[in-house]
Amino acid sequence: MNLPANYTTYPHRHEGYDHDLYEWSNLHTRAPVSWPGGAKVAVWLCVSLEWFPIKPGGPFKAPGHMVTPYPDYRHYTVRDYGSRVGVWRMLDAFRAAGVTASFATNAAIAERYPELIEAVLAEGHEIIAHSTDMNGTITSDLPLDEERALIADSLTRLEAASGVKPSGWLSIARSQSFHTADLLAEHGITYMCDWVNDELPYRFNNGVVNLPLNTELSDRMIVATQQHSAEGWAQMMRDAFDWLAAEASGTGYTQGGGRMLPIHLTPYIMGLPYRIGALEELLADFAAREDAWFATGAQIVAEWEAQQ
Amino acid sequence: MREGAPDPGLYDYHAYRDRPKLEWPGGTTCAVWVAPNLEYYEIDPPANPHRKSWPKPHPDVVGFSYRDHSNRVSHWRMADVMSRHGFPGSVSLSVALCDHHPEVVADGAERGWEFFSHGIYNTRYSYGMSEQQERAIIEDSIETVQRATGQRIRGWLAPALTHTPRTLDLLAEYDFTYTCDLYHDDQVQAVNVVRSKGGGELASIPYSLEVNDHYGFNVYGMSGREYADCLIKQFERLAEEGERTGSGTVMCIPLHAYLIGQPHRIGPFEEALRTIAADPRCWKARAGEIVDHWRAAQ
Repeated sequence: MNLPANYTTYPHRHEGYDHDLYEWSNLHTRAPVSWPGGAKVAVWLCVSLEWFPIKPGGPFKAPGHMVTPYPDYRHYTVRDYGSRVGVWRMLDAFRAAGVTASFATNAAIAERYPELIEAVLAEGHEIIAHSTDMNGTITSDLPLDEERALIADSLTRLEAASGVKPSGWLSIARSQSFHTADLLAEHGITYMCDWVNDELPYRFNNGVVNLPLNTELSDRMIVATQQHSAEGWAQMMRDAFDWLAAEASGTGYTQGGGRMLPIHLTPYIMGLPYRIGALEELLADFAAREDAWFATGAQIVAEWEAQQ
Repeated sequence: MREGAPDPGLYDYHAYRDRPKLEWPGGTTCAVWVAPNLEYYEIDPPANPHRKSWPKPHPDVVGFSYRDHSNRVSHWRMADVMSRHGFPGSVSLSVALCDHHPEVVADGAERGWEFFSHGIYNTRYSYGMSEQQERAIIEDSIETVQRATGQRIRGWLAPALTHTPRTLDLLAEYDFTYTCDLYHDDQVQAVNVVRSKGGGELASIPYSLEVNDHYGFNVYGMSGREYADCLIKQFERLAEEGERTGSGTVMCIPLHAYLIGQPHRIGPFEEALRTIAADPRCWKARAGEIVDHWRAAQ
């Protein structure tokens, strides 16, 4: 099949991006940021709290969604294990290490499991909005009015059930349409975690801050997809921390400055009995390091914003 | 190539045993070239009926921003590690990057890197192109890189590895000297081309899919440490074979900054480069000089 003549013409070929969402900037030439206490690496723990309706829906099937013909008891219950058991192990692990985290929370989780949300808030953690439930996915196939309604519904229900108004947003599978950033701004969200192109916060042209939640460093990628052990995952987190801490002090190409290590956790993955120990050891290790600053997403964004 | 034939006739069969002697400079036995892919993926490319650009409707946020990490963060991290251990890059370049983010291309040029074309964008595929369109992307590549770096490109790695039956013949006609698209050997080999309109000889330089960081991480799911071990084993074996047979081998390390430049991978990668660089059997070379050296010995 032949291609149209305009397949070799490039209307957006010019300096900068082929979109107007945000501007290009290379991290190592920006003014360095400094973290509280002179820490070199901000460690951002982000836990996804996900409820999967047993009947999948939405523009695409979220990662971790049902697999077998209806009714998929296997995947429904394995995912729910994370919210009943795994996440409580994580909360204990955070308390033991004396660290706080962000919890990206489906509105449905806040409505269904109020005792979980109560514990998350009582223990000093942050709630980030994470759609309605795991059918609440977004792509450009979702009509604009439906996307707007989905975001409004997520925020209204999450606030009603938890009593807090989140400032952050994580889309399911980090998937957005071309309108998402504007819709989030319209609904009072000040930062989002979907674009993985950077290692520090940066601002979109519409004013929303993007706080990059690295997919490569997630337990989903390393443990579930690449099938490494929890100990292998922890080794990678240490390798990442060590590199970032060295870079923060300045290396050949950069004068340094605060760096960030996002650790994205999933209760039904890292909250299993044979894996949780690796997380506990890692947290104890990092918490004992003077160059680590454990912070929630909102704290990192606030610290960064104050220095812009 | 022989279009439509079961054997495309790209090259002749040469057994790996008893190859002609080939000495690399300074008594080295394995030429190691590092090939960073400096790419631009469009956020909303036009459709090509033969291949879909992005798995998700545009914008595919993770797909796009994952690649964008190279051009904001990890290119410099990767390049710095390469420079520290004396490895120049031979760049597989989406030439439109010269227009979008000239700073990235300039950084490679300042480091003395060589550039070859990887198409205009990694989201424009050659499948289905007319001869006129294919000539247009070749001429565009030559002009764009010349303007941005002063270099006349001599090599080609097809955009997203998409070819047409006429690609290799056209490359020879435009005086390219090497292609990175054929994976049949661990040494430089002659490529059979039809040169109806002049041009020169075309050679195939071993690039690699197997030790490409994309395969290591996204196909085989290796850790950074496992990938670094693979690179060292690959080098040890090729250097030993080159030494034993007297016929120099070639090892390519194809990279993408958004993969190798992730903070959990770059440290082990640096250790692999340190090990390879310290081995007296290693010739740290650019693609063009490897091909030239081989050609002079023919």
